[in-house]
Amino acid sequence: MKTSNLSGSSSASAPAECIVIGGSAGSIDALINILPALPRDFALPVLVVIHLPPNERSLLAEIFGPRCQLPVKEAEDKEPLAGGTIYFAPPNYHLLVESDFTLSLSSDEPVFYSRPAIDILFETAADAYGNGLRAVVLTGASSDGAAGLRAVHRVGGLCFVQRPDTAEVSLMPQSALEACPAARSLNVQQIARELSAQAGIRPHLT
Amino acid sequence: MAAKTEEIELQLLLEALYQQYHYDFRGYSMASVKRRVAQALVQFKCPSISALQEKLLHDPGLVPHLVAYLTVQVSEMFRDPSYYRALRENVIPHLKTYPSLKVWVAGCSAGEELYSLAILFREEGLESRTIFYATDINADALKKAELGIYDLDRVALFTDNHRKSGGKSSLSDYYTAAYGGVKFDKTLRERTVFSDHSLVSDSVFAEVHLVTCRNVLIYFNRELQDRAIGLFEDALVRRGFMGLGLKESMHFSAHTDSFTPFVLDQRIYQKKG
Repeated sequence: MKTSNLSGSSSASAPAECIVIGGSAGSIDALINILPALPRDFALPVLVVIHLPPNERSLLAEIFGPRCQLPVKEAEDKEPLAGGTIYFAPPNYHLLVESDFTLSLSSDEPVFYSRPAIDILFETAADAYGNGLRAVVLTGASSDGAAGLRAVHRVGGLCFVQRPDTAEVSLMPQSALEACPAARSLNVQQIARELSAQAGIRPHLT
Repeated sequence: MAAKTEEIELQLLLEALYQQYHYDFRGYSMASVKRRVAQALVQFKCPSISALQEKLLHDPGLVPHLVAYLTVQVSEMFRDPSYYRALRENVIPHLKTYPSLKVWVAGCSAGEELYSLAILFREEGLESRTIFYATDINADALKKAELGIYDLDRVALFTDNHRKSGGKSSLSDYYTAAYGGVKFDKTLRERTVFSDHSLVSDSVFAEVHLVTCRNVLIYFNRELQDRAIGLFEDALVRRGFMGLGLKESMHFSAHTDSFTPFVLDQRIYQKKG
C-alpha cells in the first residue's frame, strides 16, 4: 500500500520493480544517507555502481553491511536478483542486468575510464525492467551515468539526480541533468524518502 | 514494444550467424551481446539489427568483423597479479613433478595471458618441457597473439603487474621497442600452438595439466558455462589444475563435484583424482 506522497512524488507509469544507483567521487557519503534509510521491508532489488580503483578489494559491503537494514553484498555473475537486497558492482568488472533478471559481470572496455560503469548498468537494467526502473545519479567528477539515465527515461523509468549544489562534486549530476532534463533533482535525504515511497513504504530516516 | 522487437531481431541475427557461418553466440549473456551489436550497428552503418542481419547473410566478408565485435576481450599481462602469484607459489611446485607439460590458454584473445604464462614458466625453469595451446574463436585476436606486439603505453601496467606477481626477472628482458609499440621475444612463443577453437561447439583436442580461462565464462549463460567447464574437465589429467577469472566460480556449476578448490580466492581448482 502506498503511503502519503512524502515528497510530492509524481505517480509513475508502472509500479517500481528495481532501483539502480550510480556515483563516483563523494558518493560513499551520499550513500550513507540513502542506503541505511531503506527500511527492512523494502522489497525491491537495489543495484549500485560506485567507481572504484580496479586492483583493490572493494570494502563497500563491509562499510554498508553493518549500517544497512537490508542485506548488502557484492554482485556475482549469473546471480538471480532478489528483492530487498543491495548489490554492489565488484571493482574491475561491469555489472549488467539480463532480461531474465539475473546479473552478469563483464570485462569489457572501461567507460569514461571506469569499470564498473554506471551507463552499462543503467542501460541494461532499463532494457530488463522498462518503466519499472528507478535510477539515481549521485555526486562525481565524470560524465558516466548521463547516457544511462537518458536510457532509463526513454523506457519510461523514473530518474533522480542529486542536486548539484548539494553534491561534493557537481559534474556528474550536472551532466546527468543535461542529458536527461526530465530527471528530478533532490538532496540525499529527499532521494532516500523518494525511493522508500517508490516501494510503497516509509523510510527510517535518522 | 520497441524493446521486444529488438530482442527478436537480436535472436534472428545470432541464428543467421550460426546457420550460415557456424559461429554460435546463442548461449552468450545477452545483455553484453546486445550492447556490442548496438556498437556494431554504428560501425557498419545499419539502421537496425535486421538490416545488419541481411547484410551479414549476403556478405561473408563482414563476418570476421562482427565476430571481432562480439568477442572483444580486454586483457592485460599478468592481469590480477595475485592470480599469477598463486600459480607461481602453489601450482608450479606440483607441475615441476611432471617430465613434460601441456598448458591450455582458452580464450587467449590477443595473447597477453599467454605471454604472461610463458614468462612465468621460463622464470620457473619449466618452459623447455612445456607445450602451450592458445585458442580463441576470434581470428584477428589470434593473429595479434602470434605477433605479440602491444602498445607502448600499456607496458608500465604490464611491468607493474609482473612485479606484483612475484616476477623474478625484468619484463624488459622479454621485449624490444618496435613498430611504435613493444614486440615480445619470439622465443616466448616457440613452444606455442595457436589455434581456432570454440568452447561452444568444439571438443577436446589434447590432454593438459593446466587450463587457464579467465573472464570468458562470464560472457556465457549457465548452460554454456557448464559445457566449457565440462571440456576443461575432460581435457585435464587427473589432479590437473584449472584457473578462472576472479569473479568466476564453480558455485553454480554442474561440475562442482569434479573439482576441489585449490586456491579458492584466486579461483584455482584441481580436478579430482
